[in-house]
Amino acid sequence: MDFQLTALQEELRETTRKLCRGRLPIAAARAAGGRVERAAWAELEGAGVFSLRLAEDHGGLGLAMTDAAVVFDELGRGLVPGPLVWTHIAAGLDLGDATVVGGLERPVPGAPAVVEHLGDLDALIVIDAEGVWALDPHAVVARPLQPFDPLTPVWEVDSLGRGDAVGGPEDGARLRAEGTALTAALLAGVASGVCDLTVAYAKDRRQFGRPIGSFQAVKHALADMLVRAEMARVQAYAAAAHLDEPELADVERAVAAAKIVAGDAAYQNGKAAVQLHGGMGMTWEVDAHLYLKRAHVLDAGFGSADAHAEAIAALVG
Amino acid sequence: MQLAYSESERHLAREVRAWLTDALPRLGPRPDRDDWAGRRRFDTAWQALLFEAGYAGIHWPRAYGGREASPTEQLVFLEELDRAGAPDVGVNFVGTLHAGPTILAEGTEEQRSRHLPAILRGEHVWCQGFSEPEAGSDLASLRTRAVRDGDEYVVNGQKVWSTYAHVADYQELLVRTDPDASKHKGITWLIVPMGTPGITVRPIRTIAGPSEFCEVFYDDVRVPVANRVGLENDGWRVAMVTFAFERGTGFVGEITEGMRLCRQITEAAKRVRVGTGTAWDDVELRRGIGRAAASFDALWSLTAWNVSEAARSGVPGAGASVLKLRVGEAFQELADVGLRVLGRAGLAIDEVAGVRGARILEEYLRGFGLTIGGGTSQIQRNIIAERVLGLPKEPVWTSS
Repeated sequence: MDFQLTALQEELRETTRKLCRGRLPIAAARAAGGRVERAAWAELEGAGVFSLRLAEDHGGLGLAMTDAAVVFDELGRGLVPGPLVWTHIAAGLDLGDATVVGGLERPVPGAPAVVEHLGDLDALIVIDAEGVWALDPHAVVARPLQPFDPLTPVWEVDSLGRGDAVGGPEDGARLRAEGTALTAALLAGVASGVCDLTVAYAKDRRQFGRPIGSFQAVKHALADMLVRAEMARVQAYAAAAHLDEPELADVERAVAAAKIVAGDAAYQNGKAAVQLHGGMGMTWEVDAHLYLKRAHVLDAGFGSADAHAEAIAALVG
Repeated sequence: MQLAYSESERHLAREVRAWLTDALPRLGPRPDRDDWAGRRRFDTAWQALLFEAGYAGIHWPRAYGGREASPTEQLVFLEELDRAGAPDVGVNFVGTLHAGPTILAEGTEEQRSRHLPAILRGEHVWCQGFSEPEAGSDLASLRTRAVRDGDEYVVNGQKVWSTYAHVADYQELLVRTDPDASKHKGITWLIVPMGTPGITVRPIRTIAGPSEFCEVFYDDVRVPVANRVGLENDGWRVAMVTFAFERGTGFVGEITEGMRLCRQITEAAKRVRVGTGTAWDDVELRRGIGRAAASFDALWSLTAWNVSEAARSGVPGAGASVLKLRVGEAFQELADVGLRVLGRAGLAIDEVAGVRGARILEEYLRGFGLTIGGGTSQIQRNIIAERVLGLPKEPVWTSS
């Protein structure tokens, strides 16, 4: 057992963090309204964000889920917009030369059929019990909605056709597990990023003649934010490790636990961030609400924390 | 990043498992919870078995009877013990995990050879004398006084929360030797034989009933200067050395206990009748159990992370405080669900309508101690906020 970052993972973390800060700042995502900027997407592609787990002779880096989890943790921290998880997990599928790939789990009839980033997609994939299906996003009848997260544009789809089969049921299950684990990594990053933002504010903001971060009522709430972010991070890594290492049992449980712990962490930290920023937390200008809103978007993908909590209970009993 | 055990770690697991299959049946029946003489006999007999097999103080240096196991090997060992339902450390807790390691690090050669083998063999039971009625979270303000008289210290005062003092042979005692120095500077660390005249031990009854906690009173207790560990007035530093022994394995018992409690609450939920079904039909309760199980999975992952960090660097990282804080909360969240599952069956410790709530009720009450003992959650949050997040200290209020 050596459950720590490898030298390569340290490097991946640093380069991804630099990329997010330098080329993909939150201000740029705000200006673009969360639309996928092709130049920014090319930066992510160039860094191997989508192809890093592909074999080297397929243009990838031959890396593992844990490596991807480290990268996605940073992308979450940087609040990078776009269909990151779907494009990553679709990397091995035959989707022609599509570079921006979105997706969703096929909604049951009558359930809200909401697709993220539809207007920017080259390909749309749908997972259901029978497999993985590719649809032409330009041919889908949909109406744009006003998004809850200003950096995640959404559409309501009128009816989703069956699509062309690009994978069987096993592929669907694998993509779902990988997508869940990587969404947990993004959520862990969101939880951690908003913790950093709020700690910085509490050191800077002064009331009663001293930084508000010196008051226990504030610093204890910040300590709880760190605890939630750390729990989310280690379990997101553990879920990825379970997918990498076949000798570890209970993969399904590890992945579900990651989604629960990370989802709850991101959501609770987002709420705490708005509160601890005081009046500024209510403003559009401060980023706190963007983390909170992203937490909701990510929680609603690949099964909510509530849904996974029920699933785990069934595994315990 | 590798979460699975290596081949050599798995080899150790198999070795320990084989030994446990042979050793556990050799232990007699477990004593009743409140039979303290019996518990001392049982726990020290277990310690002696561990010693014979070379597993006592598994991470201690070979020179003192250990086998210099790495942090990950120690984790493997603890996990196998738990899996087999082996006894926990019990009355050997302070000796093997606290006083022993402190003497190992700071004691004289004479102190080491006199005490360490006896601790490992289960011959000597130790207790702790740190907290006082007026010195809890603010431990350094302790007032139990030791005055030098020739080659002895004369001790007067009172300690509280002294675990296993009523069955102990020795105590690690923090005393004030210089009342004029600043509070951290006038403390000394002493080895005190519990049979010394002038010591009175009074057990404490807790919200969970009779307990391992005691009050200890000192009335002109004479302790040889030769029993001092470290220099006079350097006892605070000596006591803090203990934290450096933490290798990330400190809460393995609570985490595995939490996972076990998850299963027991699930079993209870399927038996407790509610309306036309059972408590298990209640989605809110199922989610409560599921969320708690996820928390304990994450706590196990954090343990693996911390242990791996200690294996690499030799010292614990910031993860220790995070783990301590979260373990207690997660345990309480789970036990809360347990009480809601029991419903009216939880009004009695006896079996009611085929449901026996005793264990869940006991763990519920015991759980309160997890966010108080060993540094309250409020103190842990201060530590995390100030030492990890770098937030400024709260202004110190003085009575003048």
